[in-house]
Amino acid sequence: MTFAERAYLPAIFQGLSITLRHFFSKKATIRYPEQTRPFSPVFRGLHVLKRDELGRERCTACGLCAVACPAEAITMVAGERKKGEEGLYREEKYAVSYEINMLRCIFCGLCEEACPKAAVYLQADKMAPPRFERDEFVYGKDRLVEPVAPDSRSKRGIQLTPEQAQTLSAKLTQTA
Amino acid sequence: MALPVLGWQALVILVVFGISLLIATYSTYAERVIAAFLQDRVGPDRAGPFGLLQPLADAVKLFTKEEFFPAGANRALFVFGPCLAMVTALMASAVIPFGNYLQFGTTIVHLQGIEVNIGMLYVFGVVSLGVYGIMIGGWASNNKFSLLGAIRAASQNISYELAMGMALIAVLMMSGTLSLREITLQQSVPGEWHFWNIVKQPIGFIIFCVCAFAETNRTPFDLPECETELVGGYHTEYSSMKMGLYLFAEYINVFVASAVMSVLYFGGFNFPFQYELRDFIAQSQGAVTAQNIITILGVVAVFIKIFSFIFFFMWVRWTLPRFRYDQLMRLGWTILIPLAIFNILLTGGLILFNVIPPVSSWWVQ
Repeated sequence: MTFAERAYLPAIFQGLSITLRHFFSKKATIRYPEQTRPFSPVFRGLHVLKRDELGRERCTACGLCAVACPAEAITMVAGERKKGEEGLYREEKYAVSYEINMLRCIFCGLCEEACPKAAVYLQADKMAPPRFERDEFVYGKDRLVEPVAPDSRSKRGIQLTPEQAQTLSAKLTQTA
Repeated sequence: MALPVLGWQALVILVVFGISLLIATYSTYAERVIAAFLQDRVGPDRAGPFGLLQPLADAVKLFTKEEFFPAGANRALFVFGPCLAMVTALMASAVIPFGNYLQFGTTIVHLQGIEVNIGMLYVFGVVSLGVYGIMIGGWASNNKFSLLGAIRAASQNISYELAMGMALIAVLMMSGTLSLREITLQQSVPGEWHFWNIVKQPIGFIIFCVCAFAETNRTPFDLPECETELVGGYHTEYSSMKMGLYLFAEYINVFVASAVMSVLYFGGFNFPFQYELRDFIAQSQGAVTAQNIITILGVVAVFIKIFSFIFFFMWVRWTLPRFRYDQLMRLGWTILIPLAIFNILLTGGLILFNVIPPVSSWWVQ
């Protein structure tokens, strides 16, 4: 070792200068409840049961999503639409109850692909929040169906706008 | 109501006591925030604005923890250990001059707990008593890891006290006094161009600084509480606020070490152009007010210096890894002590050939 190396101090000051640089550098922390990390545009999060443009439930309770589900997380009870309920349900058949067990769900998105009525979607900006009780993870229609007021609806989930589709495909070709 | 001089000094001691505790409290917070910043994190920011209530939350946590006594421990000494560590740490700040003096009418209040002509010796004595707190606590725990940590603390403190004392001797040769107030005042004499001691004693300062790290058991010399080898070192068996007292004592020691370094080497409460500023203020406000203003600015100056040193202590902690025990001893005995002796000889030679004129009249007699 040279004298400078054996004297410790130059190396110590070198180390101190490195840590001091980090002292002033940008912090990597995201303060979670207030700030969130941006999700990927193809993120598959909490399910939503969409309404159509007139505010009617799209789901017709065909059961294809339950069949497609590899985790068997979806159960439903079908019912027939009565007279006067045309404003509530789009098809003659609708789901009286529709439950997804979020503890079973693996968020694969196969239900979304199976749905012929474009009713069930996995939102890209919402996750199933943690709970204390198991039965609170079974989401019924009260928590799955989209609210009627259009401005409180999920911003994502239904088909992408042309611009969004373009940026997404550009991103995908970039990574590939 | 006019307090007698003793009353004023008692008040100053109380304030110094409170400040020591406050600084130690917020050192725990500062340590965590500085550690976080050096590692590109943000640190505790949940309790209160910027996490400023974090020390309070920590204290509540420590007080509500289970108070544990290991089987076979000497209960009396087990309690006495952390108390002694805390008491000795708090005693040391009594002689440190935090400011010159304030004048109210005819009363002159020195901003120093107590002025003794052996101030530096007192600090050394009290600080070396601190190791008994660690020794007793480590021994009374009836745990071999604690005992090893305590033995390490004792041998490390003794080894580094030698080099520290010799580094100090070089300063004392120039100042000719052990009084911390005198040493401070000598570093800035009105009408003369006097430098802070760091300019005259750079080698001495480096030795003193390294030894201060070892004396306060801070990284890179925190072998007494070396987690990788000794679980928690001397405080392995401690829990609750007794543990808190040990941690607290360490931070108070850091504060005292920072204060001593500021006073001995960085001019204490002196700051550049203070006499020019005093004369300028005296023209409009009168001499007494001018001196009081300069004194208050001096208190600010000394605390800026102390905080810089505390920051340095933490900065080093989160930069350097821990020494190995044989490296620690080799550094102390074969490098620092010979270097300190060389520094004494060098200072003596410089004084002999009048390159550094001794300030004190004591020397001339």
